[in-house]
Amino acid sequence: MTQRIVILGGGTGGTLVANRLHRHYHRADRDVTITVIDQDNHHLYQPGLLFVPFGLAHRQEIVRPRHEQLHKDVEFIECGIDQVNRERDIVVLADGREIAYDLLVIATGSRLALDETEGLDGPGWNEKVFTFYDLPGATALEAALADFDGGRLVVNVVDMPIKCPVAPLEFCFLADWYFTERGIRDKVEITYVTPLDGAFTKPVASEALASLLEEKGVRLVTEFNTGEVDGAGGRLIGYDGREVPFDLAVVIPLHSGAEYVGRSEGLGDELNFVPTNKSTLQSLAKQNIFAIGDATNVPASKAGSVTHFEGEVLVDNIVRFLEGRDLCSTFDGHANCFIETGFGKALLIDFNYETEPLPGHFPSRVGMPLLKESRMNHLGKLMFQWFYWHALLQGRNMPGIGADMPEHGKQHPNTAPEEALV
Amino acid sequence: MSTATIAGTAVELNDEGFFVDPTQWTRDIAIELAAADGIVSLTDQHWQVIDFMRKEYFEKGTGPTVRVLGKTSGVSVKDLYQLFPKGPAKMAARIAGIPKPKGCI
Repeated sequence: MTQRIVILGGGTGGTLVANRLHRHYHRADRDVTITVIDQDNHHLYQPGLLFVPFGLAHRQEIVRPRHEQLHKDVEFIECGIDQVNRERDIVVLADGREIAYDLLVIATGSRLALDETEGLDGPGWNEKVFTFYDLPGATALEAALADFDGGRLVVNVVDMPIKCPVAPLEFCFLADWYFTERGIRDKVEITYVTPLDGAFTKPVASEALASLLEEKGVRLVTEFNTGEVDGAGGRLIGYDGREVPFDLAVVIPLHSGAEYVGRSEGLGDELNFVPTNKSTLQSLAKQNIFAIGDATNVPASKAGSVTHFEGEVLVDNIVRFLEGRDLCSTFDGHANCFIETGFGKALLIDFNYETEPLPGHFPSRVGMPLLKESRMNHLGKLMFQWFYWHALLQGRNMPGIGADMPEHGKQHPNTAPEEALV
Repeated sequence: MSTATIAGTAVELNDEGFFVDPTQWTRDIAIELAAADGIVSLTDQHWQVIDFMRKEYFEKGTGPTVRVLGKTSGVSVKDLYQLFPKGPAKMAARIAGIPKPKGCI
C-alpha cells in the first residue's frame, strides 16, 4: 500500500527532508509519495538577509523557486494552509482542499509577530523603525542606511527565541564596518539592546562577544524587555520604564510559529510552536506528526545548521516509524554558525544541548578556529551559500561533519590547553 | 554552588542565587527571599505567579519567559513588572525556587 508523507513548508527543513526521504525510498524501491505544501514559491536563503542592508547581497542572489530545489518526483502544492486535523489525519488547505497523510512533517518555521509589541508597526515603521528579518524589511533598511548621515542607531531584540540569535550582533559589527568605510563612524552611536543579561546566552561566548562589541565601540544595554516602540518619538520603552532614544531603530520582533498551527486543535503551544521531543523530533501532538527546524519548541537555536543536523535524525526516525519500528535516532542539539564581525573576518561557534560554544578548532584540532576572529571563517561563511543551494537542500552531508557535535578540538574551561587538545 | 540557610532550611543555591534542587523550596522560603528582594509582603497575585512558575517548571523542565508568563499565567506583562520590578522571569524564578528560565538560546 502506498504511504503518503506530507511536509508542510518548503524552506530549509521541508526541502532537505523531502529530498532525503526521496533518496531513501527511491533506493529502497518502496511505494511512498512525498508532497510539500507551501503558501508561496519563493525559497529565501535566510542567512543572506543580514547582508542586504549593507548592499552586500541582493534579492536575485538569495531567492529561488521552491519547486526547483525539490527532486522532480516530489509533489509541490502552492497554497496556504488553513489547519491540520490530527484526528482525521488531514491537512485542510486555504482553498478548502483536504490532503490526507499517513505521516506529517511540520516544517513551516517561524514568523515575525509584529503585533505582539505595541507601536512596532505604527508611525515610523519602515521610516525610522526597521527589521532585516524579512526581505522587504532588509531592502527598505538598505535605503535608510544609505541615507543615514549620523545619529543614534539602536539594534533591539524584543524577546527570545529568535532565528539565528547571533545575527543581531553581526548586524552591529557590520554597521561598525559600514560606517567606518563611509568615513562617518565617529558620527554614529551604535547601541545593542537585548532582553538577555549579556551579549549572548552561553557564558563563554557571551564574554567573547561582549568584548568584541566593546572593541568596536558598540554600547550594550541588557535585561531590557521592550514594551513599546515609539517610532514617531524615536524611543524604545521597556516594561520596567527604562527608555532608549534612537534616530534609526533596527528591531528583531518577537517570533511565533505559523498561524495555522494556532488554528489546529492540540498542535501548538502559546506561541504556535509545536511541542516536540527534543531527541526523536516526534511531536507531542500525535505519533504520526513530526517537526523540524524553527517550527518546533526544542531548546536549540532556531538556525539552518540545526535544521540540517536534525534532518538526518528525522528521516531515520520517519523511516523507522512507517515500518513500525522503534524510534532510536537521537538529536543532540548540534548547532554551528559563522558570526560575521566586519572587515572581512568572522568567528565560528559550535555547540549542542549540553556543551556551550567553546574556543579551540573545528571539526578537530586541525581546523577552523573557534570563537576567534579570522579571515578563514569569513570565507567559510561566503562559501556556505554555494553549499546551501547545492548540497544542504539536496539533503547531503558536509564532508567530515555529521549530525553529532564533534568534541575533538574543543577547549573546555578549567582544563589545561594541552589537555583539551588531545 | 553554595549552601544557604533560609527560613530555617538548608538549601543549595548556584552562583546566581537560583535553586539547584527545587524540591528544597518551601512557602516560608519564598516569603523570606521576597523580603530580601524588596517585596514586603507577597499578595495573592504574587502567589499566583509563583505557583504557576513551579507548575511550568515541573511540567516542562524550565520556567517560562516573561512573554509566555504574560500569555499563560493570567497576569499581564505590565502587571508582572509591578509585582516583580527587577524582571519578572528571573526574580519570580528565584523566589519560586526554580532554576533560571532557559527560554533564551
